[in-house]
Amino acid sequence: MSTIDVLEQPAGVAERRSRLAGVLGLSREAKIGVVILAVLFLAGLLAPWIAPYGQNQLNFTDIYAPPSWAHLMGTDGAGRDVFSRTLFALRLDLAIVLLVTYPPLVLGVFVGAVAGYFGGIYDATLARIVDVTIAMPFMVLVIAVIAIVGPGVKGILIGVPLVAWALYARLARSEMLVLREQPFMLATVALGYSTPRTILRHAVPNLMRSSLIYSTLDMVANLLLLSGLAYLGLGAQPPNAELGSIIADGQSAMLTAWWVSTLPGLVVVLFGVGALLLGDGLSDGKLRGALQ
Amino acid sequence: MSASPEPVLTIEGLRVEFDMPFGRLVALRGASLSIRPGEIVGLVGETGSGKTLVCRSVMRLMPPRGRIVDGRITFDGRDVLAMSTRELRDFRAHDVGMVFQDPFSTLNPVLRIGNQVAETLRVNFGLKKADAQAQAVELLRDVGISDPERRALSYPHEFSGGMRQRVMIALATASQPRLLLADEPTTALDVTTQAQILDLLVKLSAARGMAVVLVSHDFGVIAQVCDRVAVMYGGHIVETGTIEQIHDGAQHPYTRGLLDSIPRLESAGRSTRLPVIPGVPPEPTQSLAGCVFRPRCRYAQPDCETVSMVLEPVSAGHETACPVRPFAGADRSFAARAGAPT
Repeated sequence: MSTIDVLEQPAGVAERRSRLAGVLGLSREAKIGVVILAVLFLAGLLAPWIAPYGQNQLNFTDIYAPPSWAHLMGTDGAGRDVFSRTLFALRLDLAIVLLVTYPPLVLGVFVGAVAGYFGGIYDATLARIVDVTIAMPFMVLVIAVIAIVGPGVKGILIGVPLVAWALYARLARSEMLVLREQPFMLATVALGYSTPRTILRHAVPNLMRSSLIYSTLDMVANLLLLSGLAYLGLGAQPPNAELGSIIADGQSAMLTAWWVSTLPGLVVVLFGVGALLLGDGLSDGKLRGALQ
Repeated sequence: MSASPEPVLTIEGLRVEFDMPFGRLVALRGASLSIRPGEIVGLVGETGSGKTLVCRSVMRLMPPRGRIVDGRITFDGRDVLAMSTRELRDFRAHDVGMVFQDPFSTLNPVLRIGNQVAETLRVNFGLKKADAQAQAVELLRDVGISDPERRALSYPHEFSGGMRQRVMIALATASQPRLLLADEPTTALDVTTQAQILDLLVKLSAARGMAVVLVSHDFGVIAQVCDRVAVMYGGHIVETGTIEQIHDGAQHPYTRGLLDSIPRLESAGRSTRLPVIPGVPPEPTQSLAGCVFRPRCRYAQPDCETVSMVLEPVSAGHETACPVRPFAGADRSFAARAGAPT
């Protein structure tokens, strides 16, 4: 039993480390990413309570005021506080981003995992549908949906998930093709587990990583898409603030009041940096040990 | 070892084929074997002889393209090959356990050890979460994991190969199965760990009255722990008997060739060549009439082209598929073999 005693020490240390760091036992970069995202999501979530002004509170005596302690991001052409509007815009945008990123992830992973596990006709059918879906010009499809249902958030909520699931399905399927050959998958069958249990509890946690990493990129892409559509006037309709619409509003005063467009733009950049840092950290973080 | 109790598992004339793009491949050509309750049976043979496939057939875990085309597998009076999906799950969950060759990849890397063991108890016995966790710790203790309360919280990558194999054994025996199929459980482990794992299998078998089929290509391993041996060659079981019967009185030329090709301490230092069996095992694509060992057999007779490879009794508990029996009555003690020509 001496072999076991010798092994005790390092294993104990590893165990403590994984417990302490918990789910976020990640690299420093990834932790910075988590902090950035947490601040942005909290800011959005708490917007009604922490915003110093209402999002549509007009103040015609203070038009195009530069950033100051009274107005952290200055004011726009109607005297609205850009900081408050940015907070409310974050609230709306992040909620939409989450809604168009994660439900498709769940659906895509499920469909991909099932198709990959059973293979054959299921797999071939799925692969073709995914190919067709991915081949569709994304932006055009979303705009087409908006053309049908009218401008506003609804078009995005319908249009984006229509396509977004396909990439997750493809990722999950390819991982499942590797996983299903793993002896532990055979062992779960040998233990008498049902097929749903084998797939959902034993395979899916092993193939989530690539999808989760991709989802951080997807969130950024979706926020940019959302801002882009809002900029074009196809997003949330006035008077609701969206990052893209704030930027579009400030565009005409770019040379005299740079802050109206620039500062909300930087918030978009900040979100992108945070999500990418997290995604990068996830790809070589804690999970490395588990999937050696 | 006595022939009296009813076998827990009977395999008769098992034939498994693979439909490959280039043709049909016959992996098992009619294997027969029976296992009595509580006994440890060694299944020995070279790579490709069908040892693993016998185990997987019993579990009905066929590899892709593999098909059981003929034969009967009876477990405790029930026809395994006729089971519905539901019966099969119940059979795998409660009656038979399987331990695989490579302990490094048979545990789910993202789940804690304790949870994996507890899961079988929850799923297959409907235990509550807390009870299952507590019992999982006890099962880990049973298989010789020290400090199981703490180790149950570890992930598989924090365990050594031997420890993982112990966990796998705990998993496979959690449901107190009457039969454990151990498919080369020690091949991936070093020699000291191998001895501990074999020791554990023997203890569990004795404590729970669990029959064990131990697959190995190593006669030494088999001789250490088994009550009976079944020798496989080319998809057939060519000889079965107790360790002593096989070791001292092997009747099949293949069994004898296998035994002779084990390096021995007595010949250390002497420049004798290790005897080998000439030729190569039969291609599974070949369809052979008569005895599959015939092309490599020194004692082959013209009749061997037509014999059916059915196990015929030699003595009580000892059966061979060789009708020629070139060694009938021959003495197989160490002393006799030391001077025998090779």
